[in-house]
Amino acid sequence: MPARNWIFAVAVALFLSLSTFSSAQDLQIVNAERRIDLSSHIVKAFLTLKVENIGKDPAADMLLAFPPTQIKNLAMVQALAVTGKKKKKTYLPLDVKPSEQPDAPNDAGYFLVSFATPLGPGEAVTLEVLYILTHSLEPFPVEITQSESQLVYYRDSAVVLSPYRIKQQTTFFKTPSTRVESFTSVEPANRAGKEIKYGAYEDRVPYSYAPVIVHFENNSPFAVVEELVREIEISHWGSLQITENYRLTHGGARHKGVFSRVEYQSRRSISGSSSFNALLAVLPPRVNSVYYRDNIGNISTSHLRTGFKKSELEFEPRYPLFGGWKATFIIGYRVPLEDYLFEAPDGRRYLNFTFGCPLVETIVNKLTLKVVLPEGSKDPSAVLPFAVNQDLQVKYSYLDIVGRTVVVLQKDNVVPTHNVPFQVYYTFKPIYMLAEPLMLVSAFFFVFVTSLAYVHIDLNIVKK
Amino acid sequence: MAAVESLPPGTPSAMRNAFGTVLSALILVLIGVLAFSIRLFSVIKYESVIHEFDPYFNYRVTQFLSKNGIYEFWNWFDDRTWYPLGRVIGGTVYPGLTLTAGTIWWVLNSINIPLSVETVCVFTAPVFSAFASWATYLLTKEVKGSGAGLAAAALLAMVPSYISRSVAGSYDNEAVAIFALIFTFYLYIKTLNTGSLFYATLNAIAYFYMVCSWGGYTFIINLIPMHVLLCIVTGRYSPRLYIAYAPLVVLGTLLAALVPVVGFNAVLTSEHFASFLVFIIIHVVALVYYIKGILTPKMFKVAVTLVVSIGLVVCLIVVAVLVALVASSPTGGWSGRSLSLLDPTYASKYIPIIASVSEHQPPTWPSYFMDINVLAFLVPAGIIACFSPLSDASSFVVLYIVMSVYFSGVMVRLMLVLAPAACIMSGIALSQAFDVFTGSIKYQLSSKSKDNAEDNTSTKNAPKDDASSGKTDKGEEVSKERSSKKGKKKEREPAEKLSVKSKIVKKKALVLPLEASIVALLLLIMLGAFYVIHCVWAAAEAYSAPSIVLTSQSHDGLHVFDDFRESYAWLSHNTDVDDKVASWWDYGYQTTAMANRTVIVDNNTWNNTHIATVGTAMSSPEKAAWEIFNSLDVKYVLVVFGGVIGYPSDDINKFLWMVRIGGGEFPHIKEADYLRDGQYRIDSEATPTMLNCLMYKLCYYRFVETDGKGYDRVRRTEIGKKYFKLTHFEEVFTSHHWMVRIYKLKPQKNRIRGRVKKLKQKTSSGVSSKSVKKNPWM
Repeated sequence: MPARNWIFAVAVALFLSLSTFSSAQDLQIVNAERRIDLSSHIVKAFLTLKVENIGKDPAADMLLAFPPTQIKNLAMVQALAVTGKKKKKTYLPLDVKPSEQPDAPNDAGYFLVSFATPLGPGEAVTLEVLYILTHSLEPFPVEITQSESQLVYYRDSAVVLSPYRIKQQTTFFKTPSTRVESFTSVEPANRAGKEIKYGAYEDRVPYSYAPVIVHFENNSPFAVVEELVREIEISHWGSLQITENYRLTHGGARHKGVFSRVEYQSRRSISGSSSFNALLAVLPPRVNSVYYRDNIGNISTSHLRTGFKKSELEFEPRYPLFGGWKATFIIGYRVPLEDYLFEAPDGRRYLNFTFGCPLVETIVNKLTLKVVLPEGSKDPSAVLPFAVNQDLQVKYSYLDIVGRTVVVLQKDNVVPTHNVPFQVYYTFKPIYMLAEPLMLVSAFFFVFVTSLAYVHIDLNIVKK
Repeated sequence: MAAVESLPPGTPSAMRNAFGTVLSALILVLIGVLAFSIRLFSVIKYESVIHEFDPYFNYRVTQFLSKNGIYEFWNWFDDRTWYPLGRVIGGTVYPGLTLTAGTIWWVLNSINIPLSVETVCVFTAPVFSAFASWATYLLTKEVKGSGAGLAAAALLAMVPSYISRSVAGSYDNEAVAIFALIFTFYLYIKTLNTGSLFYATLNAIAYFYMVCSWGGYTFIINLIPMHVLLCIVTGRYSPRLYIAYAPLVVLGTLLAALVPVVGFNAVLTSEHFASFLVFIIIHVVALVYYIKGILTPKMFKVAVTLVVSIGLVVCLIVVAVLVALVASSPTGGWSGRSLSLLDPTYASKYIPIIASVSEHQPPTWPSYFMDINVLAFLVPAGIIACFSPLSDASSFVVLYIVMSVYFSGVMVRLMLVLAPAACIMSGIALSQAFDVFTGSIKYQLSSKSKDNAEDNTSTKNAPKDDASSGKTDKGEEVSKERSSKKGKKKEREPAEKLSVKSKIVKKKALVLPLEASIVALLLLIMLGAFYVIHCVWAAAEAYSAPSIVLTSQSHDGLHVFDDFRESYAWLSHNTDVDDKVASWWDYGYQTTAMANRTVIVDNNTWNNTHIATVGTAMSSPEKAAWEIFNSLDVKYVLVVFGGVIGYPSDDINKFLWMVRIGGGEFPHIKEADYLRDGQYRIDSEATPTMLNCLMYKLCYYRFVETDGKGYDRVRRTEIGKKYFKLTHFEEVFTSHHWMVRIYKLKPQKNRIRGRVKKLKQKTSSGVSSKSVKKNPWM
């Protein structure tokens, strides 16, 4: 239920004409309920909106507004239209696109949600919006010692930022523990256990904003992968080789002063509570030849559990990570080709694999995914459910002559919700598979022929 | 091979020779595979990783070479070590190994085989062991024929002494140097046997490669002149000897001088003088032989008296000049390591830094058995075999084994030079023994069945049949290695065509009773089997541990201690890239290679004073140590501590060398202050100096909190001082099993500076400037 971002979204109504906006007053939000989950370092906000068209023309879409501080940390926005009531609810995914508005106040950012069917005058619809914010918990104090636990600030608005009038709204913040140092009071606001409730607020005008700061304890692992390079190498001889290069850091409050192993080992519960030393990667089923190492050799602390639906790799970095500490490592594994490579009806082949980062509850600042196609592949194209930077490269691997085409997909700010399938289409003639074996065979043949010739040729001028 | 081809085709002997050639080639390939694969235990049991200390430096240099190219490499000034002095890597390193691996890497990558530099480095040593086996085959073949050659090659492929230095990951100079050494000797013998200038040139190039690879090249440049001298003295001078020697000295010295680390040492240091002296002698001898050839005996006598008298005068002058030159240098022109070769007690007396390295100690008797095993018993037999008949080549290998036995007795590291000699000798011994035994079996059998008929023909065929009968005999009981050894016997004939006749005569004389031969054969096979078992055991258990990761087998399974890499990884990721790390010099190479941090001293040990400074800091009390480290810009101090898990080679056990080396340069460190009853103790009997020195404090800081008593599992005692605080250092990292502890130097306290400032303000300004000058740290 929770969500996290600072300020948040709004809906706008569009007229039938595509390019001109109707006055924002044509839509209004009857009821908004926002639940922001602050229990990990990935802030998830669930927003339920009941939108009503009070204008005279049908509205095809609406706007969600976010304050500028949130828009840059926004990893993902999803919207669902709810139809039916209570137990018979059905959810219909809606199209959400970033949008530019020329008259945006204070650089607010917008996302445009298109309704499934235009909203007629007087009609109402219920939307479920999920948005995910990264890097939005600010540690305070900025530096802590080994024995302190980690306190963070979360800044948001008590009311939902919206270009529309909101008749009634409430916001809930869910904190990971009952320890809350302080929170801004915007009456009515109260706190019960792990939950802070703001509201209900009645009838707020468009672009209302009421900044609040919540200061609370959060010792969940702030595992941030600064850069992840995943390389998926397709071999038509029967396997996919995946190599993942991680640059991991602890994104929480910086560690200050002494690291005492004796305290870390003997008083684990109170010492280094914000540090983490175990990570979990969810790998595909039927994974094999898994390795876990870094630049200077194997890291011997890992367990692999394989299952039918997924495999789990539980591993530890070489040392526990305290705030600001970094570690790099490489995970590699191999999966059978037939699970992931298919032939499309038009004769092309396509790879169907999961995007994103296999580590659970981890933010990836920069993800580069390289799909290395077999030598001789042509016409690569990638299909993804969201926008990424695409590029083509050439890589030379074992005995390559023309090189392998590499489809490079690059995306910033990736969260676990991005772990969805994507496809890479390409054409490939199986005859290319034989190129390298033939090359080796002919090379050896040549060597033997040469030695045969050498043995039988007598270059002496004088016969002995 | 070419010799084989020149026989008329179709005859049985040609067929036999062709078959033998192919078979021996096949056996050689198998020996190469054996040499390579027996060294892979470390990769299979542990992982594909660089081992120990020096290989990490070589690995780092190779990385630099592959990244920046050869010119950058020659000019490389490394500012990440020996801070603040730095080290000129290009001019102080033997580049053979790194250039070899770098070339292999470059070739592989240019044909699009993307192996990493690390992989290439890890597998360089096993690949070169295969080459070394083949070189041994060639060398022994020149001495005693290809049967002995194959036996020697098989023995060398698995000799434990060589395995200890060339397992996968042991990326050290010796890995390629042993190959270069054997190959140089082979080319020397080949030149000696053929008198070909072509081989002489190749010999000089091989020598050049050896000079590039290892400081042990001085062994070659002393051994070969000794052999030449031996030949001259025993009246075996020949033009072939001249061709084998003179070009080697001239070309070899010129080429050696091209290697930056050798440079003018090739003509200036005493290690090389023997070769020049013999060079002069061989010319004199050559001249004498020439003159003898053109003069009548009478004239020759006159000439001899004339020349000898003049020559003596000239020689005396030259010797006087040389002696004066040599005497003018402080160590008499000999480097410390070489001097300790001649006088085994030299190092421990004068140079503690050489004595502190365990591989520079004399070996114990068990280590001979461990490292060359049954070869030790076969060597005497091989020496005897070399004397029947004594040739130039066999006298060389005899000389080789004698010298290497002496050197190995001085320094355990040089066991490595002994191993090839022992293998060659044992190969010869085994081959001759098999020859005699199978020969007598064949003779007895044929004489029984044929009733002495056609004595001549049967003996002529004897060699061939021996081999096959030997083969069937052994084939049943033994494994692959053995069968390859048998095969060798067969191969020998083509190469030994010349001596076949003399052999036949000999064989008749050496006929032994049938039963005795069979029993002796079986015993020999058992000996070989024992050797193989021992070698495999040594390769698997004794010499494969990479030493940066330790394992222990306990009742609940395998336990891995990966603390070194844990802390190096921590250093590399969580400290500033320009921070300086101080540790005892053992860990210098690893710190620069794995953690990529600047170190104060490393395993190169070229500057004794610098090492002594670190030793002094480690043996000083906290404040003094802080000042020393601070003056060196050190940010972190790394100590290795085995007390928690019982890792014996930790810094407390190395502490005596820190005190000794530190005290050698800085007399205020007195070893006596640390000793109680002549021992370094850290228990309640320890001296106050010991309990207050930095090393003690850094190792045992908060140690008592682990078990409440402070029981040190290496020293098997409770520590003397349990509760204390650090004032000038703070603990920033301790690895999982406490093996590595890293401390940070605390910044100077503000309080003091404030007080000084206040004082300054109160007093006159003139005083303050003086006080600033007086103490730069405040």
